[in-house]
Amino acid sequence: MSATKQKRDFVVAQLEDLKERERIVVDADGTEVGLYFYADKVRAWSNVCPHSGGPVCQGKMMPRTVQLVVGDRKSGGPGFHPTDRNIVCPWHGFEFDVLTGKHPADQRVGLRSVPVRVEDGEVIISI
Amino acid sequence: MSQMTGLKSDEGLVRELAEISGRTDTRDVLAHATKQAKEKFDDYFIVDIDAHVSEDQFWGEVLELIDNDVWKQIGMDQFDKFAGNNALLNISPGLSHQSVGGRIGHQGRKEPVEGTEGHPFVTAAKRGMDAMGLDYQVVFPSAMLLLGMHPQEEIEVVLGRAFNRWLTEVILPKNPRLKGMLYLPYNTPEVCEELVEKYADHPGIIGYTVCSTRNNPVHSDVYTRLYSLIEESGKPLAFHSGYHWGDPSFAQLNRFLSMHALSFTHYNQIHVTNWIINAMPERFPKIKMIWVESGLAWIPFLMQRLDHEVLMRPSEAPGLTKLPSEYMKEMYYSTQPMERNNMELLEATMKAFNAETQLLYSSDWPHWDWDSPSTITDLPFLSEQAKRNILGLNAARVFNLPTDRMKPSAEQVLQERPGIS
Ligand code: FES
Repeated sequence: MSATKQKRDFVVAQLEDLKERERIVVDADGTEVGLYFYADKVRAWSNVCPHSGGPVCQGKMMPRTVQLVVGDRKSGGPGFHPTDRNIVCPWHGFEFDVLTGKHPADQRVGLRSVPVRVEDGEVIISI
Repeated sequence: MSQMTGLKSDEGLVRELAEISGRTDTRDVLAHATKQAKEKFDDYFIVDIDAHVSEDQFWGEVLELIDNDVWKQIGMDQFDKFAGNNALLNISPGLSHQSVGGRIGHQGRKEPVEGTEGHPFVTAAKRGMDAMGLDYQVVFPSAMLLLGMHPQEEIEVVLGRAFNRWLTEVILPKNPRLKGMLYLPYNTPEVCEELVEKYADHPGIIGYTVCSTRNNPVHSDVYTRLYSLIEESGKPLAFHSGYHWGDPSFAQLNRFLSMHALSFTHYNQIHVTNWIINAMPERFPKIKMIWVESGLAWIPFLMQRLDHEVLMRPSEAPGLTKLPSEYMKEMYYSTQPMERNNMELLEATMKAFNAETQLLYSSDWPHWDWDSPSTITDLPFLSEQAKRNILGLNAARVFNLPTDRMKPSAEQVLQERPGIS
């Protein structure tokens, strides 16, 4: 039988605060986690980038860039997606969908999710 | 360290981390690299053979050292007025694209150094070295990487001379962990010769760099005296690759990523091809050649292409006594930006040129596609000894550096960082 580390709950934010700011990154007793509120959903992602371990959640939140196609399959240039939002790692620019955690060009590359729940207006993670 | 606002419990155990930007302290930007160092390579001897810090912020200091009165006056006037940190330079449009519109947050460092003693460049460089667990770092100018394409050769000469003075008089004496590769204004061979003669014995100058982005054939007879001097000095000659969006082939590419992906390998492929096909390794067998910032994937490509052609057309490469790939195995290469999405291909690539003895770690910090030392320690197919060689021991041999520990412990760096981000 392998010894499993007991998970611990941490209250890391107030939901109202997270709603207003959309993103809060915390260090909870040495574990770094990015908390997000977007499209009425709460997400918590590990602040360790799958590329080289960079502080992925401490980068920018940007609309996903899409290739626009117009007329007879002509390029309409790049455009911002009206709703999709990406987390951009500040170390080298890997991007991840804020809701799915997946990279737009390779769905096998993604963020590690952290168990999160909301109770009585408090955002709680289990790590 | 900021505490969470509005928390009802767990206060003291939970703190907020700020967004990373160009103003964030390097030790905070790189805190995860320091944690990697603590876990994986704190006891490794590490040499970063190519980093840039952000010398553009000190461009005025370089311009002040120009030895021609007129160019100095014109440069300072440009610096004070419209050109700023690009004064006298031939900046191409690509440079401003590096951060992808600010998405790569650390790019464009404006290090906060208020309240610290010493030169701000040296302070920023020390923070970067400490945070990545480096014992030594070779710093090289970013903005000058395109100077080989400058239409005014005399500008390359005056800036090259001024930069070398700034490096050897202002920066290197301040920290023995910082080392320099002399900038060679390669469009003017006689000045390169003069500079090699002048600086060959400088303790901080551990080699010479030619910026690869240029159209000079490296086998030209105008360089033979220069190569003899370099060979005699025993210090290596590096070709540092770069890009040039104005090159007609690359002008077809509409995105920075396309142009960047191809041009950084292109210029060094041309120079390696000319160097080998013209039998320069036979004529200058003792020069240690280093090919910088082209990544690794191009190496087995070029080995195969050149071997294939030389076998069919040996009369066009009559000076060779062995295949091009054999000469390429005797050259040195820097790691960054190391392509690492396919481990099988990377392993085969490293085997092709004997990475265990020929590969030198480089970070390219603080450019957008920099690599931390963990890019090497994380490779599943390398032996422990190969990792140590690539990260520092090969460089110690090539540059004749002592291997005593020069850096603080990763734990100490983590404790002393501001800890805001
Ligand atoms: S570590 Fe995140 S993009 Fe490289």
